[in-house]
Amino acid sequence: MVTAGVLVAKATSIGNGGAPPISIGLFGLTPQQIVLLRRIPAAIGYAVGGFICLWILFLADRDWTIATSAGSAIAEPGEFTVTLLDGLTIAGLFFVVSSGFTLIFGLMRTVNMAHGAFFLLSAYIALTLQQTLVGKTRNVQPEDVSLINWFVPLLVGATVAAALGVVIQQLFLKWNQGQDLRQAIITIAATVILADQMLFQYGGLAQRMVWPGDMVRFFEIFGQRYALSRLFMLGVSLVVGALLYLWLNKTRMGMVIRAGVDDEKMVRALGINVSVVFGITFFVGSFLAGMGGAMGASFSGVAFGTDGQWLLNSLVVVIIGGLGSLKGAVAGSLLYGLVTTFAPAYLPADLTFLSIIFTFVVLAIVLAARPAGLFGRVD
Amino acid sequence: MSSRNVVVIAAIVFFAVVPAFGTDFFIDFVLTRTLILGLAASSIVFLSAYGGMDSLAQWLIFGIAGFAIGNLVAASGRGLALGWNPWLSIPIALAVCTIAAALLGAIAARSFGIYFLMLTLTYAVIGFFFFGQVTTFSGFGGMTGIDAPEFFANQPQRLYYAALAMSVLCYLGFRAVTKTPFGMALQGVRDDPVRMASLGFNVQLHRTLAFTMAGFVAAIAGVLNIWWNGQIDPTSIAISPTLDLFIIAVIGGILRLEGAWLGAFVFVGANIYLRDIPGLGSIEGIIRDRILAEERFNTVIGIVLLIIMVVSPDGLAGALGRLGRRSDADVATTSVQ
Repeated sequence: MVTAGVLVAKATSIGNGGAPPISIGLFGLTPQQIVLLRRIPAAIGYAVGGFICLWILFLADRDWTIATSAGSAIAEPGEFTVTLLDGLTIAGLFFVVSSGFTLIFGLMRTVNMAHGAFFLLSAYIALTLQQTLVGKTRNVQPEDVSLINWFVPLLVGATVAAALGVVIQQLFLKWNQGQDLRQAIITIAATVILADQMLFQYGGLAQRMVWPGDMVRFFEIFGQRYALSRLFMLGVSLVVGALLYLWLNKTRMGMVIRAGVDDEKMVRALGINVSVVFGITFFVGSFLAGMGGAMGASFSGVAFGTDGQWLLNSLVVVIIGGLGSLKGAVAGSLLYGLVTTFAPAYLPADLTFLSIIFTFVVLAIVLAARPAGLFGRVD
Repeated sequence: MSSRNVVVIAAIVFFAVVPAFGTDFFIDFVLTRTLILGLAASSIVFLSAYGGMDSLAQWLIFGIAGFAIGNLVAASGRGLALGWNPWLSIPIALAVCTIAAALLGAIAARSFGIYFLMLTLTYAVIGFFFFGQVTTFSGFGGMTGIDAPEFFANQPQRLYYAALAMSVLCYLGFRAVTKTPFGMALQGVRDDPVRMASLGFNVQLHRTLAFTMAGFVAAIAGVLNIWWNGQIDPTSIAISPTLDLFIIAVIGGILRLEGAWLGAFVFVGANIYLRDIPGLGSIEGIIRDRILAEERFNTVIGIVLLIIMVVSPDGLAGALGRLGRRSDADVATTSVQ
């Protein structure tokens, strides 16, 4: 026997008549038991989720258990609201970036490893353009920046990233459609070259784009000050999400794309020029990365290495949510955004540095329960 | 004997005798580095060629070995600073890495193809942030002063031969494993997981075990590396070096074990000798600034990778293999005649 003792399917018949009980594997489990075993990860997921809700609502307080930096939601509603808003706003940014990634994958099965590089390229272009528009090379103040001085760089940066994306797609990816590893490696090559050239062009120091002056204000919520710019970012993300939804669901092009996701060959056979659709999708996907770049540059600044970080963010979101699904991108962004903000706030105060582990835990539980992600389809 | 084995034996003989001729710099900075990186890359090639798993997590395991040794051996500074004997720390570091690989492999074993690649890249980046943020084990500053055992101190040739011995052992080990029933089943899983599952093989277990084995080899490379280097910090396991190792495997040829060392040699050699190639050194202007300058090496390697992917997706070893097969075929036809 090839794998002696690893997995042997045995069918032992007992006595007179009746179906022989089947036992499988090392431990001689019945199929029913195996089905039950498969539910364990989901059960663990629910249990962990339930405990975390309880913890955040009541327990995370020094009166009850141990001091956390935020305190339980009941005792400190302000802290809770702020953390929740933080989570939602960062989730918005995650969504903008990762929806482009998932759109490209959904239609073309191309894993675009250069997504982070497009993000960073657009960010650099946008912030340089903003400095030119404002007329200062350093110390740009929010008062100097009008809405136009923010939106124009954002759109220009995103368009450049999108154009570059289409060039790469047309030159290097078009003719080996379907060889997903080869395409992924080609985009890895693109990201290595782009990152190095951007380091040469823009240097290694962190740079920031500036929010429009009207948005740099604070308002009061449950006794906490909160930055309007973050809500502005969430608003932009929601608009992007709504436009994307309308485009994919209410237009002819969107219909073709959704059909292509389901059955590309059939769409081709119906006489639709899929190559053009591929090009447009790659444009939009890279455009979204670029928009995210300008928003991210205003939100937390960019530096050499930010591209890898945002590639990670997109990957985590789509792995959790399910590759190629826009619904999955929403769910993944929300879950990932909330975890990254709630973990440091509600961990015991001297253990906040462990929050990175929670990203991994979420990933592990989701994948154990649903290997293709929350909304992913197994093909 | 096939031309493949002839080439491999010739390469081993070359590596064994070269210290008699080469300069210390060449041995220490080119060949030792080649062997260590090649050993780490061979674990990627093994997983890809025989398990159908394209893993970007091997450099993470390589790094975990380094951090484990660093925490155990360094007597002061960041991390646990336990100040152990370097020899004693080896089994612990290897065990830690193997367990980590088994855990990561078990989670990833249900993902296939490009999903596996993405998931392992996610591991790699999370690992980077883990060692950066968790100051118990390192912090972004990293660890220095990690001594190699007395036996290797200031003895580049000894370390070189250790790396050579490990490379040969692991190479033979990998080739032996692929001939065992486990290796055969693994290749079956690579080709058709659904059919193997319905034949009664535990697909996930096979993939997890293969990932664990590859993790063990990557850990050996990581131990050698930390002796060679003496220091480690999270930046050295960030996304860019992670991709570098994968690029080494791809340049060499991700479907052939020998390709790992070939790719490492090309990578290390290009890094050091590129500007000495006659003609390239005299180019001025934008090409020099943007491509050929010493710190622009990543651009060069990116371009090389792009060309290889366009021209020969199975890498240099694949291209050489096609030549070899042609000459084998020639021999066969002549002997028939």
